Amino acid sequence: MNNNLYALIGLAVAVSFIMALKGLSAPKTARRGNLIGAAGATLATIVVFFDPAQKVHHNTFLILGAIAFGVIVGVPAARRIQMTQMPQLVALFNGVGGGAAALVSIVEYLSLSNNSARDTASTIATVFTVVVGSVSFSGSVITFLKLQEIMTTRPVVFPGGRFVIAATLVGVLGTGVWVVNSGGNTPLAIMGALSLLFGVLFVLPVGGADVPIVISLLNAFTGLTVAAGGYVLDSTLLIVAGTLVGASGTILTRLMAAAMGRSLFGTLFGAFTAKPQAATEAGEARPVKSGSPDDVAILLNYAQRVVIVPGFGLAVAQAQHTVRELADLLTAKGIDVAYGIHPVAGRMPGHMNVLLAEANVPYEQLVEMEEINPTFPQTDVVLVVGANDVVNPAAKTTPGCPIYGMPILDVGLAGNVIFLKRSMRPGFAGIENDLLYEPKTTLLFGDAKDSLTKVVSALKNL
Amino acid sequence: MSHSIVILTIFVLSIFIGFEVVSKVSTTLHTPLMSGANAIHGIILFGAIMVADKSTTVLSTSLSIAAIVLATINMVGGFVVTDRMLEMFKGKGGKK
Repeated sequence: MNNNLYALIGLAVAVSFIMALKGLSAPKTARRGNLIGAAGATLATIVVFFDPAQKVHHNTFLILGAIAFGVIVGVPAARRIQMTQMPQLVALFNGVGGGAAALVSIVEYLSLSNNSARDTASTIATVFTVVVGSVSFSGSVITFLKLQEIMTTRPVVFPGGRFVIAATLVGVLGTGVWVVNSGGNTPLAIMGALSLLFGVLFVLPVGGADVPIVISLLNAFTGLTVAAGGYVLDSTLLIVAGTLVGASGTILTRLMAAAMGRSLFGTLFGAFTAKPQAATEAGEARPVKSGSPDDVAILLNYAQRVVIVPGFGLAVAQAQHTVRELADLLTAKGIDVAYGIHPVAGRMPGHMNVLLAEANVPYEQLVEMEEINPTFPQTDVVLVVGANDVVNPAAKTTPGCPIYGMPILDVGLAGNVIFLKRSMRPGFAGIENDLLYEPKTTLLFGDAKDSLTKVVSALKNL
Repeated sequence: MSHSIVILTIFVLSIFIGFEVVSKVSTTLHTPLMSGANAIHGIILFGAIMVADKSTTVLSTSLSIAAIVLATINMVGGFVVTDRMLEMFKGKGGKK
């Protein structure tokens, strides 16, 4: 293929990515934007086989086989995944991307070392790609394990942890300098291993509400890794695409952090400052008031205004359709119903909007936190469906707890609060919720969907 | 103008475009946007194919083939999962 044509196609692909990101930031154009991006990526994957700089082609069948294998693994995973597990899948996809970028740089490094034709700038870019790509890879895997609840979701902090992590970072930087100065494969391997370790240590102390921010941050990291990989390979397309993701990912991370009232700095350097915390003594013998589905139905039936606060429990139980049925029933009785949507309810920002949109909940009923909070004093009943941390007053009253400073839904101001919960287990962040012990609170234990179904039928019989 | 300066120019301009295109996104779209951006960095597949295409040693070939598998999962899976998320907003959500 002609050199200029090849470069122009690269430009077209880069433009498609800009349009994709632009499209994805507005609801009307989001889906089209994503498709434009996918089309651009497909075009790039085809055209790379006609790279004019590459006269002899090796491994063509292996390459095609590897792509086919990747598609066979990736597509079903993306298609079958439940909405509840989407965040960890995105984290995992991000991690493998970072890993791929690191591998690409390593391969290029190996081939250049054979020709002993390496310049310092591209070695530095290689070091950057391997370090950040590996951190992104191992960090994302830990995030996945946390979200999948294969390992604890709470911050993991061990004594002296911050010294270990600081030492690891120094080790990474030291071996990086070693690679740049003397080259060779051993330093590169040691640097890669230390970077993987650093990624693990970096994410371990992160817990609760900070996990989505970390996914977004690692996403931006991987973008920059790809850009650096583009420098190593001298590919303008990779530089542009990687930088776009790096820059937009950074902005997105800041927006998310702002939506949750977290400091980005605190999240980033949590690993260095986290101290071991005394375990909260959960489930002590404090009295709670638990009710039957009939009690709940009666409370709802005589309310004027009901606010439903959905959380991760709703997603787990796939109760979005049942909750809509309940809301429709209440509306039919002339009760004013709204959903109070916390920006980070669930496991990702916007998780609840996606879930309730699937159940065709009218968009006007979804009210964002800032608008719903002033209405709680005029609300008779708040129905909390599988949410915990986002309504936990500890975020306001207990300095030093992991969610302190996060804005919450002030459901405690309403007349009655009903919690649908599986158990007394604390939420994702692992903090006791004092609201559960308030006299105005009624608990209905069980799977959110079962409980809602029982409440719906009790309400119909009233 | 040296090649490095050209690269630097492209890099800096891309940063500004990246900042600019997402600066007005609503909370609702944070997740799909992150997922879409995630799919876009799967373009490292392009680089993975480039290095695999010229690999002649067993080590280089195996590493670059592994990179292709990982990058394909990132890219294809990323776009599919983003589309699925956005499907939920169809005819709803912010359209009104």
